[in-house]
Amino acid sequence: MIPHSLKPPKHLKMRAPTASAEPVTDLGPPKIEIRALNFFYGAVQSLHDINMTLADRSITAFIGPSGCGKSTLLRVMNRMYALYPNQRAEGEVLIGGADILAPTVDVAELRYRVGMVFQKPTPFPMSVFDNVAFGLRLAGGIRLADLKLRVESALRDAAIWDEVKDKLQADGRSLSGGQQQRVCIARAIAVQPEVLLLDEPTAALDPISTLRVEETLQALREKYCIVVVTHNLQQAARVSNVTGFMYMGELVEIGPSGQIFTSPQQRRTDDYITGRFG
Amino acid sequence: MSRRSLRKFKNGVFLTLSLFATLTGLACLAAILWTLLSHGLAGMSWHLFTQMTPPPGSSGGLLNAIYGSAVMTLLGILIGSPIGVLAGTYLAEYGRSSRLSAVIRFINDVLLSAPSIIIGLFIYEIVVVRMGHFSAFAGALALAVLAIPVTLRTTEDMLNLVPSGMKDSSAALGAYPWRTTLSVLYPAARSGIVTGLLLAISRISGETAPLLFTALNNQFWSTDLDGPMANLPVVIFQFALSPYKEWQDLAWAGALIITATILVFSISARVLLALLQAERGSGR
Repeated sequence: MIPHSLKPPKHLKMRAPTASAEPVTDLGPPKIEIRALNFFYGAVQSLHDINMTLADRSITAFIGPSGCGKSTLLRVMNRMYALYPNQRAEGEVLIGGADILAPTVDVAELRYRVGMVFQKPTPFPMSVFDNVAFGLRLAGGIRLADLKLRVESALRDAAIWDEVKDKLQADGRSLSGGQQQRVCIARAIAVQPEVLLLDEPTAALDPISTLRVEETLQALREKYCIVVVTHNLQQAARVSNVTGFMYMGELVEIGPSGQIFTSPQQRRTDDYITGRFG
Repeated sequence: MSRRSLRKFKNGVFLTLSLFATLTGLACLAAILWTLLSHGLAGMSWHLFTQMTPPPGSSGGLLNAIYGSAVMTLLGILIGSPIGVLAGTYLAEYGRSSRLSAVIRFINDVLLSAPSIIIGLFIYEIVVVRMGHFSAFAGALALAVLAIPVTLRTTEDMLNLVPSGMKDSSAALGAYPWRTTLSVLYPAARSGIVTGLLLAISRISGETAPLLFTALNNQFWSTDLDGPMANLPVVIFQFALSPYKEWQDLAWAGALIITATILVFSISARVLLALLQAERGSGR
């Protein structure tokens, strides 16, 4: 399969259905290249020959029905699957030009470069400050003054600073769900990863908190290569620049979000986004 | 009788039976506590905590036995709980689905329900016989062997209760498993693990059989870990069987002290668990 191009054809007018996402004009250079990726849970193959290129400084959303492999795809990009037995990936996933599936790759170092936020907020049993400082302290060799600055800027970037600046020493678990999730995003970006993966980051949140997290993602787009998996089609349309539709472990179609949601090239994509199945 | 009223009747029978069973159990417990209180309170006095166990026919206290029990229980926990906690950590975090873990889990379950007299004989064979004499150290070792399976099981259970997302999040930040365990999982399961320690203390502080073959007993004040040491359970055992009124009273008083201590530890464990759940609840 030929890798899909990220740049939309120049003549195509971009208009998302609930258009708040920026037109795809200022995406960065390719950041992640996936070639001939297959994935297996034991004997069951759950990803089939995935090929694509994701740009830096962009938000790519993956949509598709449950079990289509979108979360699996995400968990390949930081080798999260390696924590569990009997799961294996074949093919190439290049981040910044280097194949992260190579056996020589230090997964801890890889995960330091590729951050991840999960569906359920997972604050650690420690203060808000210590939560955000966790990754920075792992790396070590940082002075307290710098640590404070980095924590503050991460909380600001995650649009949660104003809400927690007076309770940095409070237990992370005492915050509301939406606040917890933004603290988790701050924790992930505090180490300034190259890529930020989000697995249904708002599925457990109320609409207001969802809106806050989406705004946070919009703001972060300027700096990171963001990949988000979501069940929420409106969310994909709202926040992403590029959308990929997955079905039964295959990448059916990937392209500018405006195009995917208004004039998809594949019949199956059209059926899914218009609600005929899924 | 209509079908509906028959079902109602069956329900009534079942309810009565289960209620009766509950009341029987509670009544037994109340009778035990009542006997213990009525006999034990009579023997309660400051002498218990200031005087040594007396020779037959004279009055005295239980100071050396209380001290010996405290020392051996503490030492037993200090030796046993690190092994239990670390092994529980291995089962929950490192070897969750390995074959070795299945074997360890099985052996631990056997150990958990093994008669404590077997543990006593085991330590007698490998420690007391080799050293050539009874010792408080051997007693503490026997108690440690009893503490291991309790702490192991609770540690594993409590670590398994920590949401897996927390572990994944730590790994996703580039933390190695040991760092995740120390910095995230232990704090998250802290109250649960401490509860396990308290339960282990309750379990071993009343054990008699393992101490009979190891620490034996000592009529006198002794802080020597290398020699026999007095302890409440064995003193109770010896004094309760004796024909002397003073010794029997002391046995009752000792039994009350042990029961009260265990009660305090069990209630603390309960309160800690409740706090843990409240913590979880507010964590949403």
